[in-house]
Amino acid sequence: MENILELKNVNKIYGTTVKTQVLTEINVSFAKGSFSSIIGQSGSGKSTLLNIMGTLDTPTSGEVMINGIKTDKLSKGKLADLRNKKIGFVFQFHYLLPEFTALENVLMPYRIGNSSVTAEIQRRAKELMALVGLEKVMNNNATRMSGGQQQRTAIARALLNNPEIILADEPTGNLDSSSTETIYNLLRDINEKFGTTFIVITHDRRIAEKADRIIEITDGKITLDVYK
Amino acid sequence: MKLSFQIAVRFLKSNLAQTLIIILGIGIGVSVQIFIGSLITGLQKSLIESTIGNSSQITISAKAESGLISDYQTLLQQVAKTDRRIEFISPTLDNAAFLKAGGKSQSLLVRGFEANKANSIYNLSQRITEGNFPKAQGEVLLGVALKTEYGLSVGDTIELITPDKRTVPCKISGFFDLKVASINSGWCITSLINAQSIFLTGNQISSIEMQVFDTQVFAADEVMSTLKSALSKDQLKFTNWKIQNESLLSGLKGQSISSLMIQVFVMISVLLGIASVLAITVMQKSKQIGILKAMGIKNGKASLIFLFEGLILGVFGGIAGISFGLGLAVSFTKFAVNADGTPVVALFIDPKFIIFSGGIAVLACIFASLIPARRSSKLNPIDIIRNN
Repeated sequence: MENILELKNVNKIYGTTVKTQVLTEINVSFAKGSFSSIIGQSGSGKSTLLNIMGTLDTPTSGEVMINGIKTDKLSKGKLADLRNKKIGFVFQFHYLLPEFTALENVLMPYRIGNSSVTAEIQRRAKELMALVGLEKVMNNNATRMSGGQQQRTAIARALLNNPEIILADEPTGNLDSSSTETIYNLLRDINEKFGTTFIVITHDRRIAEKADRIIEITDGKITLDVYK
Repeated sequence: MKLSFQIAVRFLKSNLAQTLIIILGIGIGVSVQIFIGSLITGLQKSLIESTIGNSSQITISAKAESGLISDYQTLLQQVAKTDRRIEFISPTLDNAAFLKAGGKSQSLLVRGFEANKANSIYNLSQRITEGNFPKAQGEVLLGVALKTEYGLSVGDTIELITPDKRTVPCKISGFFDLKVASINSGWCITSLINAQSIFLTGNQISSIEMQVFDTQVFAADEVMSTLKSALSKDQLKFTNWKIQNESLLSGLKGQSISSLMIQVFVMISVLLGIASVLAITVMQKSKQIGILKAMGIKNGKASLIFLFEGLILGVFGGIAGISFGLGLAVSFTKFAVNADGTPVVALFIDPKFIIFSGGIAVLACIFASLIPARRSSKLNPIDIIRNN
């Protein structure tokens, strides 16, 4: 199976006068269609790693390759295009735009990369809302939904452009256990249905064990990398 | 572009109270501009109208010792052809004389005019209070002050004593009131032919008086220069109202400059206010900008959101300002009136100036939004996501 994402000798150091090494010699790759979890204590560097994978942050040294393309040579504009078309993000906070409805939020990634929404895309957005169980609230303003509904909307939004990779940083961190279970089952369903590669950060080991691969980070280094 | 515009609209709608306050601020700034601009222009126009509206704005007279211009018909035609900004041309023959009536006497300026041409400049037909413009030989028009002082009536005979000591009897055909005391007691108006006959000048005149079109009043000196270049300078003297009214001119200039300064500083303060409020909204919307950038919106499109906010605020603020400004101006002209019903405050409402003020408001707002637009382009999504 080809690798969709590869990190080679990635290091990340913050600060200029007082330097803090957050990631040290990270070498990891992810196969297309895989479902991996990254676990670690607070401050271990897992979010930094995810942000570097998603081109939101740049490594101090090392390479990040998405679909074989080295991202360090790409301009800011090209990186933005790459994120728009190839990567979907789900964060602990939903980051829905409160000025728009749920459906409008889901359509946002397409509108960023294109001038107007086609009927086909409109249909896809509605299908995704149905997939995440929110067809009844799609015209609600983003603020008029429960936390679980907002996070599911964020997941639908991340899927709109049919990205190859979804990077999720503690997607259920703000939710109760029942919603958490629902969300994780949903993510697995999407992985099976669409073949989207998932890399999910979680601090909860029980959730991590639902994934096919567990990577553990301790003090900026990979200390565990097991397949189930 | 469409997305940036829609996001801008939604951002403004999401905090409607703040948006309306900004629009109100712009509106007040624009209305002050419009009101002050209209007021100053109106005052200037009425001042100019009362000072030189009914007098010669450019005068050509003879350099010759005799003070006379012969072959003036050719000169009149030349003047008319030289500059199209000249509206009215009136040949004049001026002579000093003594008035003798009822045992009293005084010096007078006897002015010989062609009736219809002089009427264009002096508005004589409206200013004749009794009788008519002199038509027959020996008829003259006197100022109302002389009527009172000498107890004269239409049809009475007076004597004019010329510089060469001839006494010429003249019949009063009517009285005029040119609204200036010295003119009402110092001028005697007659027809050009009568004046030429009284003073034995033959077919000559002493000056050509002119008025330019209303919109060209301030260009009278330019017109004079054009005439100077086109006509024979050796024989002729040129003057214009600006030379003759230097202190008025400097007063008007001072007024214009101070009005302009007020308007400029009002706009600057509006601009600074908007820039700072919009800069704050960038911070208020940083989460939204962060996720949009994470989803792949480019810096340019993100900045465009704030430029569109500036544009929308400028348009609505301009409309509000024009409405307030016009409303204020109209209510002043309707409610602040003198006893005779004329407005206390002379306002000149120029549609071009109003549209210009609105346009300046829009440009100022777009300019003000450059600062927040630049700020938003510097926002790094990773900083926002990490901090939240």
